[in-house]
Amino acid sequence: MISLRGLTKRFGALTAIESIDLDIAPGEVVLLVGPSGSGKSTILRCINLLEVPTEGEVWVDGNQVNAKRADINAIRTEVGMVFQQFNLFQHLSVLENVVIAQRLVRRRDRHEAERIAREQLERVGIPEKADAYPRHLSGGQQQRVAIARSLAMHPKVMLFDEPTSALDPEMIKEVLDVMLDLARDGMTMVVVSHEMGFARAAAKRVVFLDQGQIVEEGPPAQLFEEPRHQRTKLFFDKILKH
Amino acid sequence: MVSIEGQDPHASAPIVSVPGRGWREFPYWLLAIVAAIAWMSYLIATQDRYGDAYDAIIPGLRTTVETTAYAFVIALVLGLVAGLGRISRNVITRNIALTYIEFIRGVPILVLIFTIAFVVVPELSSAFGFSNDTITNQWRAVIALALIYGAYLAEVFRAGIESVPTGQSEAGRSLGMSHAQTMRRIVLPQAIRNMTPAIGNDLIAMLKDSSLVSVLAVRDLTQRARLDAGTSFDFRATYLVLTLLYLVMTLVLSLLLSWYRRRLGLDDRG
Repeated sequence: MISLRGLTKRFGALTAIESIDLDIAPGEVVLLVGPSGSGKSTILRCINLLEVPTEGEVWVDGNQVNAKRADINAIRTEVGMVFQQFNLFQHLSVLENVVIAQRLVRRRDRHEAERIAREQLERVGIPEKADAYPRHLSGGQQQRVAIARSLAMHPKVMLFDEPTSALDPEMIKEVLDVMLDLARDGMTMVVVSHEMGFARAAAKRVVFLDQGQIVEEGPPAQLFEEPRHQRTKLFFDKILKH
Repeated sequence: MVSIEGQDPHASAPIVSVPGRGWREFPYWLLAIVAAIAWMSYLIATQDRYGDAYDAIIPGLRTTVETTAYAFVIALVLGLVAGLGRISRNVITRNIALTYIEFIRGVPILVLIFTIAFVVVPELSSAFGFSNDTITNQWRAVIALALIYGAYLAEVFRAGIESVPTGQSEAGRSLGMSHAQTMRRIVLPQAIRNMTPAIGNDLIAMLKDSSLVSVLAVRDLTQRARLDAGTSFDFRATYLVLTLLYLVMTLVLSLLLSWYRRRLGLDDRG
């Protein structure tokens, strides 16, 4: 479903990621972990071309995303993205947040777009907030709306960029529950997160990055308990045992 | 505008002013200005010198309002285009916009009015092959004010667009919306909401600066006052009446604007 070949991104003199090779199968849930500045988010943002790769290839569902003539809007339509800061459209109601791109991009009529929007709000557990404005919602609710907004486009892949990092602890579970549910339904997901509970429950594979490179990857249990590299061990020691 | 309520998602009602502190918040300045206006109105109604000055000046009101209104509408369009150009990634577009903005900002308004009316407009009209005489002085004034305020408003538009967090356009783009769709449907609506105070201030500033077009012999309020003072030699009556008229206009305008801002604040409350 997703294939990265020699993916490199530099910001000026700074190399954010270097020669990343990664393949993600349909229906697979992959967690990207690593210390801050290790390039996790950059990989995610290269997949839907929010960052333009310096070198290498990004393939999504058989299309090269960073090809010269790629229809990037069409590709992005198939790739949902959930941000750390939710990024709900502040001037639109919850329903309109979920409706607007369906209308503009998928060209659905209002009736159908609203039906799908309500369906997705139901799915993330907040159908009653359809007419509220984002700033009247809690962080957890906003993030669930953001997930519904992406899902309403019926994407083939979902990217999650630290979806629970900006949330108060009591709201993390409600977002992770939605993500778990999505994983069980067979959505292809790439998740940047340090929620190791979620990793154990949903991820088939965890990829550990450091300084812009993949250090090692494997099933969550293996990586957490018997990492092969010292760097991996040090990292998980820090985040797993406080 | 961000309402008080908007800053705290858990607040259910807007915070009401603290009781007992009301007298500190009372707009005494407004009272003073209204009193001055009332006093002047009384003079105009009862004293011939003031009444005559008022009668001589007031026909210019229409010219002042029209000039400001036309120029402001054109300036808004210019400002949007130049503001978008200013933040464009295209080197040529950005530099054209910057040249225009920096050129205008580097020259006094009064000088620009002369230059635009007597140099730019004649050059352009001869370049496009029609007679320079067909353009009235009032239209020269409109063009000059529009070009000047277009550059000022470009910066307002730029700041307004930049005030919308990049996450908003990233969210739009990541949903497959085009750059233009994201700009028009996501960024600009929020930008314009943030910009209303600044746009309103520029409208008031332009209304005041429209008095400068009197140097083109456009018969606005100021020009009529100058003509009146030149014949009556009663500078006091004439210029006090003129001052009063501008004050009434800017006061009405700023009250209208604050009413509009409050309405905007209410509308998006949901």
